[in-house]
Amino acid sequence: MGKVVLVTGVARQLGGRFVRRIQRDPQVDRVIAVDAVPPEHHLGGADFIQADIRQPTIARVLAETNADTVVHMDVTGIALGSGSRTTVKETNVIGTMQLLGACQKSPTVKRLVVKSSTNVYGSAPRDPAVFTETTTPKSLPSGGFAKDAVEVEGYVRGFARRRPDVAVCVLRFANILGPTADSPLAQYFGLPVLPTVFGYDPRLQFVHEDDVIEVLRIASHDPARGTLNSGTFNIAGDGVLLLSQCSRRLGRPTVPLLLPAVTWAGSLVRTLGMTDFSPEQIRLLTHGRVVATNQMRETLGFQPKFTTAETFTDFARVRGPGLLPPEALVGAVDRIAALPFAPFPGGGRTPATTTVTPTTAT
Amino acid sequence: MADAKVIPFDDDRSRAGSATRPSRRRGAGGGRRKGESAVVREVQPLPGRARPQDDVRVTREQQPSQQPQPTQESQDHSGLPGDQSSSAGGGVVGGLERRVAGGLSFLRRRLTGDYEVDEFGYDAELTDQVLMSLVRPLYEKYFRVEVKGIENIPSEGGALIVANHSGTLPLDGLMMQVGVHDNHPEGRHLRLLAADLVFMLPVVNELARKAGHTLACAEDAERLLERGELVGVMPEGFKGIGKPFSERYKLQRFGRGGFVSTALRQGAPIIPCSIVGAEEIYPMIGNAKTLARVLGFPYFPITPTFPWLGPLGALPLPTKWTIQFGEPIRTDGYPPEAAEDPMLMFNLTDQVREQIQHTLYKLLVQRRSVFF
Repeated sequence: MGKVVLVTGVARQLGGRFVRRIQRDPQVDRVIAVDAVPPEHHLGGADFIQADIRQPTIARVLAETNADTVVHMDVTGIALGSGSRTTVKETNVIGTMQLLGACQKSPTVKRLVVKSSTNVYGSAPRDPAVFTETTTPKSLPSGGFAKDAVEVEGYVRGFARRRPDVAVCVLRFANILGPTADSPLAQYFGLPVLPTVFGYDPRLQFVHEDDVIEVLRIASHDPARGTLNSGTFNIAGDGVLLLSQCSRRLGRPTVPLLLPAVTWAGSLVRTLGMTDFSPEQIRLLTHGRVVATNQMRETLGFQPKFTTAETFTDFARVRGPGLLPPEALVGAVDRIAALPFAPFPGGGRTPATTTVTPTTAT
Repeated sequence: MADAKVIPFDDDRSRAGSATRPSRRRGAGGGRRKGESAVVREVQPLPGRARPQDDVRVTREQQPSQQPQPTQESQDHSGLPGDQSSSAGGGVVGGLERRVAGGLSFLRRRLTGDYEVDEFGYDAELTDQVLMSLVRPLYEKYFRVEVKGIENIPSEGGALIVANHSGTLPLDGLMMQVGVHDNHPEGRHLRLLAADLVFMLPVVNELARKAGHTLACAEDAERLLERGELVGVMPEGFKGIGKPFSERYKLQRFGRGGFVSTALRQGAPIIPCSIVGAEEIYPMIGNAKTLARVLGFPYFPITPTFPWLGPLGALPLPTKWTIQFGEPIRTDGYPPEAAEDPMLMFNLTDQVREQIQHTLYKLLVQRRSVFF
């Protein structure tokens, strides 16, 4: 008997990719893709059912399809297309409530996977430098997507209490980047000049899209030997990048602004609807956030293929160089090195480059 | 008055202080206790640095001749890898060339963001080559810090250094960081735990993170010790650093002793550290509490010079510092549940506190003057 997997939020790139990926798994019989709007990308032959998870129809979909695994990916920070923040919040919170209500009624559901975010930790100067799954943040996020995620996780915990027979897995993803990512941070890195908060250099962690798909797949199947895939897990690539490093690697100049100015500019930009530069986003870009991934490695048994730095390199490769490409800067440094310095024997261009190369190698 | 105190102290030192200090003095005649201390002597080719441990008075006379040596060493530290070998072997031109090339490759790495930071935001390269070099003149020339008992810091593995805190501005932490790095044979880096205020202030928080500091909380401290880092903590916190001048060198309450349970949980040794000289850099004769509350600071110092002379008044007094690391207190012999035992925790906290206070008094008696 094969599995029937129901996936929500498939109109987004990530959801679409996951549907296409999980369909190739031999133990999966049928994939039901659900979203309120039809996706623009193909779903690889999955059954698409247009249903709004904010409506009770989702219960009927679940009952008719006899799904045994539900992958809830419709918890997102930004609207698809031209949705407003209210719609996003309703989809996140009310949608999760409806979906969980439907799951509770369904006798067939055996496994629930929820895509959450490390946003639930907020970011504040008084928090420890590294969050583990059990860390309680000093100040809970007051609004925006982070609050949605906190509420969603609360409902999921309640569901897990009421249905102990269902394996529930909550995956808290760090900032998702990759060639097709449409997260708020990806939008931010797309700006020609990056506004930063003066006097702060936040630590950031990224997780690659490919790793997101893979870990969702691991979580939606039965656990491999020696691992456990129910519970809450932080998912992030190894290592940390500072925002200043990111901007340099991306080749985009930064404009440090004072914190009040950034807040004001953020609200202005948001009002104009150019990009979602939300308060929590500003907090992330002020204080940064790093999570521990020991549980992911040891309990879930997942090793991400991309480190934080490799994820960012992959992202930067697709985005193309900014105004100050790193190669140009290296060239400029080399030109300075090639200036006829008096101490160099022979003075010219060649000795400088030959002396430089071994030091880079060491 | 100073003589009257120095003479009994010398007696005292030959008895009790022999554990920490004279290991170098006896070293010449053999009789080494650890294999490590032999390595110490081989690595540091600075007789002037070992000598101050011998006798206080000799040190004073040799002060001028001693100065150039640390300076040269600091350049080696601040310079780039390969400097030592080049200056020893090759000609002046080759050394300079290599140095320029090293500087350019450093610049290239920085400009393209091609360097590593750890999960706490510690930027080892920037700290070694820029931040340390900025603080080092203050350490060597201004406060003329003398470090004693560096052999008490293990050459590897986690350890918790517990120090007294003073001086209105946390310069003592920075000096301790430079002191450990420059004096320890392995050049170990000290990871300081700082108050949350540090991480709220712009610029300060950025520099603190890059220099390897992190928030003083049990989670961070444990994580650092787990990774085998050397962690520095000042449990007096704001009570210690913001105490009035009249209470100098009187240790305040050691918080709730959280550092002890952290060390117990990780089995890391606790190394008491006494810092003399930091108390007098900003003699705090008053505290503008209302202003402090308005600005959101725990205290607002008033010194004989500070608000009155403007920025010039913010210049610290050039006191002479001594940093003494004491005998490590081992914590690995306790059972795992010991970290939950409040009685043991209080006892250990008191033991550490007593040891620091005792060493402080000894160093004070030994000190000839605040400034020399």
